[in-house]
Amino acid sequence: MNRVTGYFKSLMLLELWAGLWLTFKYLWRPKYTMRYPMEHIPKSNRFRGLHALRRYPNGEERCIACKLCEAVCPALAITIDSTQREDGTRRTTRYEIDLFKCIFCGFCEESCPVDSIVETAIHEYHFEKRGENVIDKQQLLAIGDRFEKDIAAARAQDAAFR
Amino acid sequence: MNWILDVYHTCAAHFPTLTMAISLLLFPLLPLIIGVAMYVWWERKVIGWMHVRMGPNQIGPFGLVQTFADVFKLLLKEVVYPQKANKALFLLAPLWALVPAFAAWSVIPIASHAAWSDANAGLLLLLAMTSMGVYGIIIAGWASNSRYAMLGAMRSAAQVVSYEVAMGFSLVSVLILAGSLNLSDIVNAQAGSKGFLDWFAVPLLPMFIIYFVSGVAETNRSPFDVAEGESEIVAGFHVEYSGAPFAVFFLTEYANMILISFLAPILFLGGWLSPLQGWITADVHWTVNWIWMGGWPWLFIKFFAFATAYLWFRATFPRYRYDQIMRLGWKVFIPITIVWVFVAGCMKYFGWVTAGA
Repeated sequence: MNRVTGYFKSLMLLELWAGLWLTFKYLWRPKYTMRYPMEHIPKSNRFRGLHALRRYPNGEERCIACKLCEAVCPALAITIDSTQREDGTRRTTRYEIDLFKCIFCGFCEESCPVDSIVETAIHEYHFEKRGENVIDKQQLLAIGDRFEKDIAAARAQDAAFR
Repeated sequence: MNWILDVYHTCAAHFPTLTMAISLLLFPLLPLIIGVAMYVWWERKVIGWMHVRMGPNQIGPFGLVQTFADVFKLLLKEVVYPQKANKALFLLAPLWALVPAFAAWSVIPIASHAAWSDANAGLLLLLAMTSMGVYGIIIAGWASNSRYAMLGAMRSAAQVVSYEVAMGFSLVSVLILAGSLNLSDIVNAQAGSKGFLDWFAVPLLPMFIIYFVSGVAETNRSPFDVAEGESEIVAGFHVEYSGAPFAVFFLTEYANMILISFLAPILFLGGWLSPLQGWITADVHWTVNWIWMGGWPWLFIKFFAFATAYLWFRATFPRYRYDQIMRLGWKVFIPITIVWVFVAGCMKYFGWVTAGA
């Protein structure tokens, strides 16, 4: 008897209808797709993107050339040369990051005693020529100047957890 | 736009037969090719939506131009010939698949007796043409001189031939009830005063389902697409094809799908007849009269439902195993169709179903 009812059940295509109904319901679901260049996924304030060197509000650069970041960098991406300025402070003459070597681990930012080197939320950048992957002190400071507001806001949000 | 007319008139004056032939060819073919492009776009959209994706949405409004971009890419690509392929047959195969797929369109009516060829034996021509298409696939598999292509071609051929039997029987039951092989007569035989209850899908419901499932199998579409089962035989009969010949195979597959989706309503769902026929006879205005009086928009609405069902199946069902396909075709469909052909004969003989209004 079971075989007979089973046969007629399979003839009714019940399972197939159930499957079709499922995909029909999915047809009307809101889509997960993020239309990337037009839409963005919200970013964490701990996002580790392109680097920047920050300044104090009075315009003095923060970096004191302690070379902790250079020492901690696991990818050896940071190169620092330093000298003594006329006012007796120690400053960098060269601060370069090779973005091809960098693994964006964020150790440089954590090691920095003066919050100078930071990783910003910028992730959309590209290089067009060989050599552009090495960004120097001027570029890093320029990035810091331009996005100081965002950098400071992200640091403030995360301050309680540091 | 006048210059097009000028060119046409000049050509018509000097080469009347040639101009006539070319325009007769272009009128059905251009809409069909554009329809195929739209269908491919719709397939990617629907399947995308069912996957909770968006589908193509970048090229043109709603991604509508995406297919044209893909086609132009294919046409501009190099055609690679396998070293040991039979070059002539290799190039002939896609055409051999394409020509029957297009030729079958000549007998499809979009209104009563409005077909390119209102042939008496239209249904017979359709069966012949859809069977011819399989030669293109076999030749493609053989000429490629590749194991995978050969396996795909053999699978496809066996499958198409098996399902042709079930499909033939379901068509036989239709023509028993309609008493004609002419597609317009078949549709007109479904006219009546009982609305959609006069359609052949009601007395022939199992045949209707079997017809469409066989149609899906005939066109080698999912869930019966073992002929191009990616996981086992890469892409089946068209592994070795690239560029324009591949585009032709693609075009053929979708033209066949559109053909089957047109035939299903014509044979079983009353073609251009309205599901409200006979229930409302008011004459309001020609723009809305077709809703209850019937007209070509109904045919296209029904076609659209079947065409979308194809994509729906593809998004829903996993691929059948090869022996399961053969079991379904030979041990399920054919016995049911044979029984129902007998039932249809009884219906006709005892006058349970009357053809025509």
